[in-house]
Amino acid sequence: MIAAIPEFGIALPEIVFAGLALVLLMIGTFGKERSMGLVTALSAASCLVAILLVLLMDTATATSFEGLFIVDKFAGYMKVLVLLGSGLSIVMSAGYLQREKLQRPEFPVLILLATVGMMLMISANDIISLYVGLELQSLALYVLASFHRDTIRSAEAGLKYFVLGALASGVLLYGATLVYGFTGTTSFEKLAALHPAEGVQTVGLWVGMALVASGLIFKVSAVPFHMWTPDVYEGAPTPVTAMFAVAPKIAAVALLVRLLMGAFAPLVHQWQVAILAISIMSMAWGGYAAIVQRNIKRLMAYSSIANVGYILLGLAAGTERGVESVLVYLAIYLFMTAGAFAVILTMRRDGQMVEYLSDLAGLSHSRPLLALAMTVFMFSLGGIPPLAGFIGKLYVFQAALEAGNHAATAGMANAFYIAAGLGATISVVSMFYYLWIIKIIYMDPPAAPLDRPAGAGLSGVVLVTTLFTLLFSLTFVVGPVVGWADAAAQSLTH
Amino acid sequence: MIGLWNYLIVGALVFVIGVLGIFLNRKNVIIIMMSIELILLSVSINFVTFSAFLGDLFGQVFVMFVLTVAAAESAIGLAILMVYFRNRGSIAVEDVNTMKG
Repeated sequence: MIAAIPEFGIALPEIVFAGLALVLLMIGTFGKERSMGLVTALSAASCLVAILLVLLMDTATATSFEGLFIVDKFAGYMKVLVLLGSGLSIVMSAGYLQREKLQRPEFPVLILLATVGMMLMISANDIISLYVGLELQSLALYVLASFHRDTIRSAEAGLKYFVLGALASGVLLYGATLVYGFTGTTSFEKLAALHPAEGVQTVGLWVGMALVASGLIFKVSAVPFHMWTPDVYEGAPTPVTAMFAVAPKIAAVALLVRLLMGAFAPLVHQWQVAILAISIMSMAWGGYAAIVQRNIKRLMAYSSIANVGYILLGLAAGTERGVESVLVYLAIYLFMTAGAFAVILTMRRDGQMVEYLSDLAGLSHSRPLLALAMTVFMFSLGGIPPLAGFIGKLYVFQAALEAGNHAATAGMANAFYIAAGLGATISVVSMFYYLWIIKIIYMDPPAAPLDRPAGAGLSGVVLVTTLFTLLFSLTFVVGPVVGWADAAAQSLTH
Repeated sequence: MIGLWNYLIVGALVFVIGVLGIFLNRKNVIIIMMSIELILLSVSINFVTFSAFLGDLFGQVFVMFVLTVAAAESAIGLAILMVYFRNRGSIAVEDVNTMKG
């Protein structure tokens, strides 16, 4: 039997993007360090090209490659976010690499290859494409974490990320074998079609689902699988940390949402409780542990753990509204985190990166505009209205309360009310360390001034992300984003 | 008679040995790499077993992918370990502690 030639058209953005990455790899390999500027510019341009292709494509739901690959509005939305995140990190990294004498053209190419993996993850419709996409992403990221290979901290970050990442992949795969063994399929559609009464109620499938989800929860760095995050964020070169905090997290959340809301929808009552518990633990631990941090990269690591907690609260709702809140939150998270890291990337003194909170002292005198931008990001991360972060949290809490109103049992309803209440409380408590940073910037006796930020790219990123965070609540910004997220959530749940 | 469960128990044992090898090992990072390979081996045993008993080829196709990715993964892991060794001069697990988590 000859299999039909698959429909390549729906994977056009991935194919073009992967092709561009390979061409750039060749340019970088033969041009060596001289081609660094060209490769960086073209990599950022490739992200733009891929965004345009994703936007221009027909967004009706379609599958191809024997059902392994799916395109829908949800995939389109997530791919645009991931490509934006990767593009921003490439733009932000240029000045850093120049100053640290790390001008190897592999850097932007590795980011592009990781991004291809993320796009595959977002479009995965079967555990096998999930695995291949996830590994393509992870293998490129392991190398990126240890990219500053002459420093012990970067090498150690790469090693830790590799060992724990490989363990997570192994756990995910073992779960995949159980899912396959107890249902006879790994296709998301066939898993979703399993009738709750028959076959679904086997312990083997539950364990398999739990293991697969654990592997992904590791990738989004939620408690209890978060232990790698602070070390890797601290040790990895700062532009890589900025990348880690944004694009891979969005891709892994997308995968988790598609897996739980799609393939494991028949088991919703089994995973809802677990995701809710993980969400509460992440919010609490992320908020608590950040208070004692003195290194701003570690602080951002715990901040990202807490943010993942809020995102998972939206997912735990298990409704269309829940997915919509996750999507809106991710868009906001992308801009405020990328912006905060762009400010962190400007923290250099006498040609050295500095990364302690105390180094920010007196920023309001030496760089008033940068200080203002950082203030906006910190207020937004803390959830002060009317900034973007507040709107994101509002959507998530609303989704959780609504899920509580429609919960099947009184116990579940109470769990949702408690989770939303705890989330709001923790959000207020975690204002402490965001305000602490603002206090250091504006009130502490000034430290020696930081170097002038290099490159228009970084300033541009700070400007764009600040404007987005500041103006998000205006109707003409929030309207299209929410409308698009709504359509994306509908395409997933219907 | 050797049945499905015998194979699954072997797979589970190999998996547990691999996971324990990562957490209990205090000696060196190479052992961790070996443990990761053990985990992937247990995955392959499970897939092939289920594939044979279900009469479905898909599990064996999946094993091919796992083998390929595992090869790439250990190549990258050893490369990172080399970089680490050049900086630290040691690959003892106890020495992987520049940053306190």
